[in-house]
Amino acid sequence: MTYLYTAYAATWAIHVVYLVTVVRRYSQLKKEVDELNRKKS
Amino acid sequence: MKKAFPILGLLTAVLLSYALYEALVVAPTEQTMGDVQRIFYYHVPSAWTAFLLFFLNFLASVQYLVRRDPKTDAIANWVVIALGVLTCIAPYAFRNLLPVGVYPSSVVTTGIAFVGLYFLIHKLFSEQQTDMLALTTAEVGVVFCTVVLVTGPIWARPVWGIWWTWDVRLTSTLVLWLIYVSYLVLRRFSSSGQTPVLAAALAVFGALDVPLVYFSIWFFRTQHPQPVIGGGGAIDPRMLHVLLINWLAFLCFAFLVCWSRYRLERAKREVDETLALEALLEPRSALR
Repeated sequence: MTYLYTAYAATWAIHVVYLVTVVRRYSQLKKEVDELNRKKS
Repeated sequence: MKKAFPILGLLTAVLLSYALYEALVVAPTEQTMGDVQRIFYYHVPSAWTAFLLFFLNFLASVQYLVRRDPKTDAIANWVVIALGVLTCIAPYAFRNLLPVGVYPSSVVTTGIAFVGLYFLIHKLFSEQQTDMLALTTAEVGVVFCTVVLVTGPIWARPVWGIWWTWDVRLTSTLVLWLIYVSYLVLRRFSSSGQTPVLAAALAVFGALDVPLVYFSIWFFRTQHPQPVIGGGGAIDPRMLHVLLINWLAFLCFAFLVCWSRYRLERAKREVDETLALEALLEPRSALR
């Protein structure tokens, strides 16, 4: 059972790590957009 | 569209939870391997999803290359139609040449799906958007391929007694992963204007490895288990049901991740264009 749970946990860990990188890139982009808007105004 | 995303997200979460319950509780325990066989319900759907995403990456990359010139685009459209017709006729005409377990109807279905997806991408995405689609599908495909490469050895250790062996299926999967990782590295670190073209060319060659990975267990004697669907393999109908539910759940999940990654890429390019425009305009305003 340990191997089974390890495999399932590893699967979700990989997906979560990837999703975190996507969210971080979204936040980075939002910062850039805010900076751009600040410059314009 | 903004409302559709959270609704689809919720439905996918429910489906993934149900699929997990089916895999851990409902699916019958395999007699020889025991519970460790249940890794199969994550390993196989992840592999199929990765293959599908790499196939979409291939179609998007081909379109990005051919749509730069209208004449080449028109020729490519006719070539795709001709290939579609050929895959509908050839499997029945040369039935004897097909490997054991490959049915003519499955080749025809693959051919029709290929033509359908090609023209669907052609209709829904512009030339620049095909490049974004290629990048998105490659990135998410690498994530699913990583899952395959991690869950495989975790299953192999208790069943084979080893984590890894250099047989055709495992090695070709690792090569496939390395090809798409290099594709992403190229996209990430090359700033040349030709990067999308080079990446698209790399993706077209990379996609050639997908059929090699898939059919390696049909054509070569490998340590990897033989195909459970087609190829003369058999699977308990209850296990097949759980396998397909998990694949559906992972497909929905992959679709959502691709969607959000595609939106991010589109927004990023818009911001980059605006920044480039600002940079062009700034010296002029300084002169005034």
